[in-house]
Amino acid sequence: MQSIPDTGSSTASGTAATAVAPEPEHAGRFGHDLEEVVVERLETLAEGVRRLTLRTLDGSEFARWEPGSHIDLVLPDHVRQYSLCSPLADRSRIQVSVLHTRDSRGGSEYVHRSLAEGDVIRINGPRNNFPFVDSRKYLFIAGGIGITPILPMIEAAEAAGREWRLAYGGRSRASMAFADELIERYGERILLFPEDEVGRIDLEGLLALPRAKMLVYACGPEPLLRVIEDYCMGWPPGVLHTERFVAASLDAGASAEPFEVELTQTGKTVTVAPDQTILEAVEEHGVRVLSSCRGGICGTCETHVVSGEVEHRDAILSEDEKRFGDCMMVCVSRAAAGCPKLVLDL
Amino acid sequence: MTVTMSPTSVVSLPDDPFTIENISNPYPLHEKLREAGPVVWLEKHGCYAVTRYEWVYEILTDFESYCSSGGLGPKDIRKEAEWRPPSILESDPPTHTVMRRGLAGVISPSTMRRLREQFAPFAEELAEEVARRGDVDGIVDIAERYPLKVFPDAVGLRPDGRENLLPYGSMVFNAFGADNDIRAAAFQEGERVAAWVMDSCERENLTETGLGADIWTVADEGRIEPQQATLLVRALLSAGVDTTIFGIGNTLYNLAKYPEQWEKLKAKPQLAKFAVDEALRVESPFQMFHRTSTVDTEIGGVHIPADSKILLFMGAANRDPRKWGEDADVFDLDRNASGHVAFGMGLHQCVGQPIARTEIELMLQALATRVDRIELTGEVTPWIHNVLRGFARMPLRLVPNS
Repeated sequence: MQSIPDTGSSTASGTAATAVAPEPEHAGRFGHDLEEVVVERLETLAEGVRRLTLRTLDGSEFARWEPGSHIDLVLPDHVRQYSLCSPLADRSRIQVSVLHTRDSRGGSEYVHRSLAEGDVIRINGPRNNFPFVDSRKYLFIAGGIGITPILPMIEAAEAAGREWRLAYGGRSRASMAFADELIERYGERILLFPEDEVGRIDLEGLLALPRAKMLVYACGPEPLLRVIEDYCMGWPPGVLHTERFVAASLDAGASAEPFEVELTQTGKTVTVAPDQTILEAVEEHGVRVLSSCRGGICGTCETHVVSGEVEHRDAILSEDEKRFGDCMMVCVSRAAAGCPKLVLDL
Repeated sequence: MTVTMSPTSVVSLPDDPFTIENISNPYPLHEKLREAGPVVWLEKHGCYAVTRYEWVYEILTDFESYCSSGGLGPKDIRKEAEWRPPSILESDPPTHTVMRRGLAGVISPSTMRRLREQFAPFAEELAEEVARRGDVDGIVDIAERYPLKVFPDAVGLRPDGRENLLPYGSMVFNAFGADNDIRAAAFQEGERVAAWVMDSCERENLTETGLGADIWTVADEGRIEPQQATLLVRALLSAGVDTTIFGIGNTLYNLAKYPEQWEKLKAKPQLAKFAVDEALRVESPFQMFHRTSTVDTEIGGVHIPADSKILLFMGAANRDPRKWGEDADVFDLDRNASGHVAFGMGLHQCVGQPIARTEIELMLQALATRVDRIELTGEVTPWIHNVLRGFARMPLRLVPNS
């Protein structure tokens, strides 16, 4: 890792590079390849939460990204995914916020103890497994650091004039990043649940009665998401969108590499890019797959796996079924790290 | 005569969707209603009719403004009791919520894997038999036989008395339409049949394994009341038979009517699941039911008072050219039929749809690998039913692979 003193003067050349891009909305930096960025600022936002502000080495803008996106931080010996949580409109910088976890496998430990302002690190992405779908109303639920992907969603919902509320829970007020500024900005639409003061998020009050035309976006620890999923079984199918931040995907890994899927019925072999789902990739090649929610919830796109190791990201299969590995939801699940090819019955 | 009032007033028409003529061929009336406006007042029935996809979708998904507890039939059953205790279909949150959550684990992807294995052998056996016979009736010999065998087995229904299932389904669905002679005929043996069905849903009358027993386990866990378990088993039995029969029949009908589509399916039997959805779209088994407005609302600029009955035409929405294009009436395996409302949409979307889809798909695949050509050898006879679309007779010749 290299540290550079000042790169502020290189802004102009970056602008020139983006000006010739054929599609302005895709202009700017970010690609499938690793990119070096500089850590412009490190701030402690709350107990154990550090925000990283990143900019490109040449000062050029990052490409437009959608709420729910995350990037890989490529740290020494670790690749970790963190949700982008900076203002959508400001493409000069991107921000991620990292919780220092006690059982850290090294990623957050490194960010909290070793990383310094001015360091150059590599990132990859962004990718979006948590896409923000248009709806008239939203209920956002965040547990702890799960607030991060929700922030750009709130910004987008607010900009579109949608009705929304956020229920945000954490151990204590001091541990809850962004809580004060959210309250200040949005007032009553923010329901704060610092556990040491008021107890856990009132999921019964929020979810027991299904609401029409409302999507539920939730990010937080696994036990919280499990309870939310159970409540949402009484809601219309497909309303719940979740992002798991301690899922297996962050362990074995969301391979940042492209992988291949061989399709036995159609005889095609299709490459799935890191920012693409299998479903998108095979559809691009004219292969039809029945799908509905495209978010790992409904089970419509369940596909038989002939061979290969799957990283399951759906909310349908049980742990046993995931281990057994004979089927997968191609709308969200991918090849496991180290598995370059899946063979699917498509 | 069409009476068109000021732009915000509703178009009023004398047409009756529940005549034998309109039931036998519903599509000309659908087109007339769709083109008349986003909502039409049906003078004969004193209710609103909604036929365009956009608005059918809107009403189905806005379960707060358009409730189900008013009943799926023409009566407001919140004010006037219906012939049977309300089902999950005729409930709103929170009553609906408890029952729906109870069903979540009962019909799951792992259930479906098990059922697929259970269902496959009889599809093969039946396809083998009808392909050998050649001249068959698509309804009596295929569409009725398959679900009537595999589905009650999957629920765990006792073997005797299953002949009551069709009359029961006929009552349940006919009651969602007008209170006419068709409905009255369906109710001739009503009490006896309804009593048999309710009795069959009790735990002691179900096999120890099966979807019925699984629902009773949910009651044991205290997640639903015992009487709700009875109602949920009843819901499976009433919703899962007739509709699937018509689903198979209507799919066969379209594949016989469009031989080039059969060719496509034969060449690639894995397209069966797309054929199923496209057939459900173009010839939707469950054509119509009512919702009830809970508040003063607006449909396409037309004011709808609270407590109004609104008749939704899923079959018309599924052929709305605004959604599906000018060839909306054509059965085409290459079309993307996703988003059709044949299973409803939103909160009350058919919970058994993976079961129905699997049944139809398996039957179709088994035929597609054995039958070279499928031909209609005579006129089909429409099934006269208030809200279900299907056929009573369908003379078919199945030409086996050489």
